[in-house]
Amino acid sequence: MIAYAFPSLAVFVVCALMTLGGALGVLLVRNPVHAALSLILSLFGVALGFLAQQADFLAAVEIIVYAGAIVVLFLFVIMFLGIDRHSHREVEPLAGQRFLAALGVGIVVLGVIALIASSHWVSGVPSVSTNGVPLAPGSGNITQIGDAVFTTYLIAFEATGALLLIAVIGAVNLARKERPRVGEEVA
Amino acid sequence: MNVPAAWYLVLAALLFGVGCFGFLTRRSAIIMFMCIELMLNAVNLTFVSFARTLSDVGGQVSVFFVMVVAAAEVTVGLGIVVAVFRRRTSTSVDELSELKG
Repeated sequence: MIAYAFPSLAVFVVCALMTLGGALGVLLVRNPVHAALSLILSLFGVALGFLAQQADFLAAVEIIVYAGAIVVLFLFVIMFLGIDRHSHREVEPLAGQRFLAALGVGIVVLGVIALIASSHWVSGVPSVSTNGVPLAPGSGNITQIGDAVFTTYLIAFEATGALLLIAVIGAVNLARKERPRVGEEVA
Repeated sequence: MNVPAAWYLVLAALLFGVGCFGFLTRRSAIIMFMCIELMLNAVNLTFVSFARTLSDVGGQVSVFFVMVVAAAEVTVGLGIVVAVFRRRTSTSVDELSELKG
């Protein structure tokens, strides 16, 4: 039995509890607002996991983008629509769906865990994205991410910019109220 | 000695499983979206673990892009939910059965 350093062990345990607890909260809670709050807990757990694995920038982005923007958007829609404290119908339209879902998910997760346990990932192949420079420790990799995004992944970066613009326009168009145009006959 | 990356991979697998199960069993479109976010975050955690294990910043850059795409996806998805709610006054995916033959 290898003894792991107590701080990293404690961080992992807290991270796992937050992540899985929040995820189970999303799954089990009836009220959608509470589900969104559980989602925030889970996202903070994931951010903690990022921090523990030297991804400082991503931990910050995780909290800002996910907890700060995406979950707020969820909450906004939930409150805007005023839905639905009453739960949906309990009858399953597909017989045994819950059981089949649990079975399928269980098989896949156990398979993945078995794969993780039996594989050796460290290949010794040098990094592609940074021309063989290894990941800098601590917050030093923020510079590396910036370099990689604006050199190796520049086209993908531009494409995501276009994607965000398209998404904004599409969302505005979708959520807009249908209104008869000026000069058009009201049917 | 630090906790090995494999522990985080197992945690990510479990998180993905929870998200997947929720997506398959819950009925509210908004909760299903949250479950998609859980699955995306599980994959992000995997990316970061591999970035550390393989000492390659490419994994972290991938997470960055996944986050951007997730933000775009949520924007459009919630727009669709709002549009559907206008017509049907419900977000239950079971009631969207007009295309059934």
